[in-house]
Amino acid sequence: MAPPVLEVTDLVKEFGSVRPVGGVSFELRRGEILGLLGANGAGKTTAINMILGIVTPTAGTIRVFGKDLARERISVLRRMNFCSTYTQLPGNLRVWQNLTVFGKIYRVPNLKRRIDEVLELLEIHHLKDRVSGHLSAGESTRLNLCKALLNKPELLLLDEPTASLDPDIADKVRTVTKRIREEDGTSILYTSHNMRDVEEVCDRVVFMHQGKVLFTGTAAEILGHFNEPSLESLFIRVARGGEIEAGERRTGTEAAT
Amino acid sequence: MTFSTVHALVLRNLYLYTRTPVRLVELVFWPLVDLLVWGYLTVFLQKHTGDSFPYQITFLIGAVILWDILFRAQQGVALYFLEDVWSRNLLNVFSAPVTNADYLVSTYVIGFLRAAVTSLLLAVLAIVLYSFNLFELNWSLLPFVFNLLVFGWSLGMISTALIVRWGPAAETLAWAVPFFIQPFAAVYYPVDSLPPALQWISQWIPCSHIFEGMRDGLKDGVVSWSDLAMATGLNAVYLALAGWLFVRVMRTAREKGLLTKFVAQ
Repeated sequence: MAPPVLEVTDLVKEFGSVRPVGGVSFELRRGEILGLLGANGAGKTTAINMILGIVTPTAGTIRVFGKDLARERISVLRRMNFCSTYTQLPGNLRVWQNLTVFGKIYRVPNLKRRIDEVLELLEIHHLKDRVSGHLSAGESTRLNLCKALLNKPELLLLDEPTASLDPDIADKVRTVTKRIREEDGTSILYTSHNMRDVEEVCDRVVFMHQGKVLFTGTAAEILGHFNEPSLESLFIRVARGGEIEAGERRTGTEAAT
Repeated sequence: MTFSTVHALVLRNLYLYTRTPVRLVELVFWPLVDLLVWGYLTVFLQKHTGDSFPYQITFLIGAVILWDILFRAQQGVALYFLEDVWSRNLLNVFSAPVTNADYLVSTYVIGFLRAAVTSLLLAVLAIVLYSFNLFELNWSLLPFVFNLLVFGWSLGMISTALIVRWGPAAETLAWAVPFFIQPFAAVYYPVDSLPPALQWISQWIPCSHIFEGMRDGLKDGVVSWSDLAMATGLNAVYLALAGWLFVRVMRTAREKGLLTKFVAQ
């Protein structure tokens, strides 16, 4: 059996006395879309930053494509990519210039053709010569996604890709996310506060709370386990400090057995 | 280090300058103001001192040009990081397969290009406006200029390291760091004008040897090899120390999550 694309084991991050991530483990399988859920401060962003190599873990290991991220960061990063609603591409460069720069960094072959492909996929090819800073929020998010797809990543990290998008554009982003998984077999780690996103797009969900994994499983497994009608109601219950029994912290597989 | 990555990072900055002409004004405007102010001050002093006019004062024009080489090289490195902060592009760059060496070498190239554009413009204007020819030193000018460039890179790396360590509030260091050393660097006056204690500090600053050497060279037409050797030796040490500091601070930044603070601001 092929090793998981991403394997996070006992991951801990401490900033002085603060412990945003306190022993998190999960894995992402090839061609899977895994949702990373949790309220603000649950530790999702810190976990993602550790997977990107921007933050060094205090303890634990991250293996990507079977390689230790701490030792082989550059070769691993070459095969993955990242898109966050909180980052932008330089606003004073044209769309094609931004994509050319990142395409060269990721050593994308036939770069001009690939740029055309990703712009068409995200339906913004007509904006190729536009200054990036003049794009709307939705166009800008799709440009970020173009950058993240340039190198046909085997592992893609999407950090709240539909935040601040109107329903139409958010739907397009979800469609593209599912399409690249189906066509390219891309494995995707997907964080969102939009429960509809998660239910529609993700195969499994890792539910984080106060730096720990509360539950791992499919959306149906989670809802059944916590006896909640929707992910949204569970999210609200957890975020408002609703009682979560110690026995409820487990995986869907464990719950089923 | 990967050539294609360095090429991409340099290209990003070249696009920035060609896309935003107002940034070229920044490269030209302030240096031009300096050249005009110091140049006409020199002309004024020349008129009132006649034949007894000391060569050191004429060198003020050369000092403006040479200081600008150092300053632009430093800015090339320090502003490079800030450009990514300002455009919220920092995490895209640092989550990409970019090594410290790729990053630093591309900042050196940008620093060199910035210094080349400004210094050539000023040198030509100095000939036209004041009949001051920095190129009288011929080929011996090159090692002196190269040393200024290298010291500018070192100061740029130190500036960036301090900004990363202390966060967005320390951005002003990108402009301030070169001026911390300027009073002791013999830019506009010889080292022996300084009090003995400051002269002691001055001897450990590479560019003070460069400015002393250039002053002597332009006056007597003789290259001061001892000044050049001292500057080169010190520069090698400072470049290594600044590189070590940069790498060390980037490691600390990853441990403490400092890079993400620039995104959250």
